[in-house]
Amino acid sequence: MNYETLQNVWFLVVGFLFIGYFVLDGFDFGVGMALPFLGKDDTDRRVLINTIGPVWDLNETWVIVAGAALFASFPEWYATLFSGFYLPLLLILAALIARGVAFEYRSKNTSVTWRKTFDWMIVVGSALPALLWGVAFANIVQGVPVELRSVSHSVNVSGTLQTLTSQDHIYTGTLFTLLNPYGLLGGLVTLTLFFTHGLIFISLKTDGDIKLRARALATRVGIIATALAAAFLLWTLIAHASGQLFVFGLILSLIAAVSLIAALWFNHIGREGVSFALMVLTIVTAVGSLFAALFPNVLPSTLDVNASLTIANASSTEGTLTLMSWVAVVMLPLVLLYQGWTYWVFRKRITRANIPAGAH
Amino acid sequence: MPHASGLMTDLSALDLSRWQFGLTTVYHFLFVPLTIGMVLLVAILQTTWVRTNNDKYLKLTKLFGKIFLINFAMGVVTGIVQEFQFGMNWSDYSRFVGDVFGAPLAMEGLIAFFFEATFIGLWIFGWDRLSKKVHLATIWVTVFGVWASAYFILAANAFMQNPVGFSINTEKNRAELTNIGSVLTNVVALNQFPHTIVASIMFAGAVIASISAYHLKRGQHVGDMRTSLRFGLWASLVGGVGTVVTGDGLGLAMVQTQPMKMAAAEALYNTTKNASFSIFTLGTPDGHSELFSIRIPDLLSFLSTHTLSGQVEGINDLNAQYQTLYGPGDYNPVIWITYWAFRWMIGLGMLSALVAVVGLWLTRKQEAKLPKWAWNVAIWSAPLSLIAISVGWLFTEMGRQPWIVFKLMKTADAVSPGINGVDVLISLIVFTLIYGALAVVEFKLLLNAAQTGPAEISAADEDADAEQLTVAY
Repeated sequence: MNYETLQNVWFLVVGFLFIGYFVLDGFDFGVGMALPFLGKDDTDRRVLINTIGPVWDLNETWVIVAGAALFASFPEWYATLFSGFYLPLLLILAALIARGVAFEYRSKNTSVTWRKTFDWMIVVGSALPALLWGVAFANIVQGVPVELRSVSHSVNVSGTLQTLTSQDHIYTGTLFTLLNPYGLLGGLVTLTLFFTHGLIFISLKTDGDIKLRARALATRVGIIATALAAAFLLWTLIAHASGQLFVFGLILSLIAAVSLIAALWFNHIGREGVSFALMVLTIVTAVGSLFAALFPNVLPSTLDVNASLTIANASSTEGTLTLMSWVAVVMLPLVLLYQGWTYWVFRKRITRANIPAGAH
Repeated sequence: MPHASGLMTDLSALDLSRWQFGLTTVYHFLFVPLTIGMVLLVAILQTTWVRTNNDKYLKLTKLFGKIFLINFAMGVVTGIVQEFQFGMNWSDYSRFVGDVFGAPLAMEGLIAFFFEATFIGLWIFGWDRLSKKVHLATIWVTVFGVWASAYFILAANAFMQNPVGFSINTEKNRAELTNIGSVLTNVVALNQFPHTIVASIMFAGAVIASISAYHLKRGQHVGDMRTSLRFGLWASLVGGVGTVVTGDGLGLAMVQTQPMKMAAAEALYNTTKNASFSIFTLGTPDGHSELFSIRIPDLLSFLSTHTLSGQVEGINDLNAQYQTLYGPGDYNPVIWITYWAFRWMIGLGMLSALVAVVGLWLTRKQEAKLPKWAWNVAIWSAPLSLIAISVGWLFTEMGRQPWIVFKLMKTADAVSPGINGVDVLISLIVFTLIYGALAVVEFKLLLNAAQTGPAEISAADEDADAEQLTVAY
């Protein structure tokens, strides 16, 4: 495999890991958001949380692995993006911590205030990242103010002290630069899409009254998500698709739109298994279309086209990418296999009867 | 390098980022040792249960498994922050070494962390859904995941202490990976890994002993808790002895790779043969205003070279050496920190091992009646080894300063050029508040689980309805 192909493969791998993250954590964000809507009493809320109990932290590992893979394969992208999106990432981190801790700790005390506090941490901790990831990705596709800045540091290279200089890509905007109409629309799309995804997951994993209520709510939220997603994908295709993969991106967008509508239909007629599979397809293709629109850039600059980060100028060396490819080839199928097994082990539906009456 | 514009903001972003990284790292590593050590001890307890079918071991597995899990969640959520910070606060570091340093991090994620997180979920929720043997296998896979994870992270850290397996691309101003084998078999990683593992086992053992002593002091759960007390003390002792042995190896590796750190550990200013080791110094340990010290002759030479007369390089000589190699500047870390951190690490670690020895001796007979103070010592001495581990890391990381990657890049050159002090101040406050609140909640939960003690195993539990979830949120 030549260097250029390797770089493109790693663009795909990073895309795959983030898509995997959104598909998986997406539905548990949705379940978290559903608490105030579907959780009429404590037992209901525990049924909801138990649907994702064994898997949420497993789902969250995907973002850690995606981040590490991004670091290893595109250090310049990782460095510019993470230092540039400093405050939104801080908010995401704070939300993920609060949420994770709330899952673990809510049941450890029976007091109503204790539970309520942690339940709200779950709701906000789910909704905030769901929104912000969309804002972040929309801005990545749209481009952000990035300039080239000369940075130097002295290194002793084989016995001689040298001053090495490079052109770093530096984000020059603020938090508010990211809160533009396209970015915010992107955020609302992921928010409503993940909410729908979670609701359909709930109807797949529960039974009885709660399942019916989840189904009805999924239809309503799903319709809003469809409208927002259609507007967003259209906007992306018109304004931000770079051309090289335009047709591919268009096809992915179309599949996303059709499968989302189909998912809502199957949800409506009570075929939640099919519906959930179609939601997975929707998220895969919708996020995929964003990566297609981005290609071959990884972080376009709105200031100067020469300051744009591309697959070519942001990547690691051929050696590192080759090594990482071997690791990925061996490990990723294994990961999918044993994570799939986990879902299989915990495939049973959860109902109110599963929450022990005397338990606290 | 500070840019001409906004020198003030650059300075404060650097200082605040250092505080933030220090704070979040120390905090993260308060949870990691218990995870690393406890996962093994729980796996051993569960294996004993499966082999003997004695319910006592099942109860102990569940009790200490619970402690392990409360703690594990904290390690994971604070771990995400660690990874993100390299990009957020140290982007020039990430640019410069990402090609090398990113590889072990990504390998950790793909090879170890996915395993760890998946199998721990299976272990927690799989009690009724998996066969006894398969369920036991999930905890051992978790041991593998946790330890492999530790190895990769320590290999990444070892690159910062002793950079190997790379070459400098002068045109791109970055270090590039040339040999992953060298990175993964870095002499510092090979020595740091066992040192970290055994120190963690020492701490986990002390935690088990502490919880057991709490109940024994009150005469509760005596049958179960006596077994776990002895088990915990043995683990703590074996871990303690292991820590000394591996610490010796790590010290030699340190002298070989970072002589400045060993010099700073003793505040040895001038290169000396037959160098002594001071246990205690009154006044400042900078050699100028020493009032009083207790010294063991030749010990520093022995620790550094394994000979009594070996030569140990001093701070002044190393500084001069580095100035010719790397340009003008100060190349010594903050000496009083390295000096005292090194002593506290060794002292508290030894004290912890001593508690284990005395405890094992006092409880050698089945019906030993112990005075109240003895129980109290066992209960309250658990944090000793954790503090030892913590100051050990302070020594390792602060002893590396002013470098972020020894001899390659200074910490001051590594901070993100684009961030400003205000943003970092906000994040520092946010992390401090969240982490502070978490510490309170976490400690309460651990205490609660510990004080409740082992739960009786009911028949219903044994053949629980497959529909029933044992853990309900």
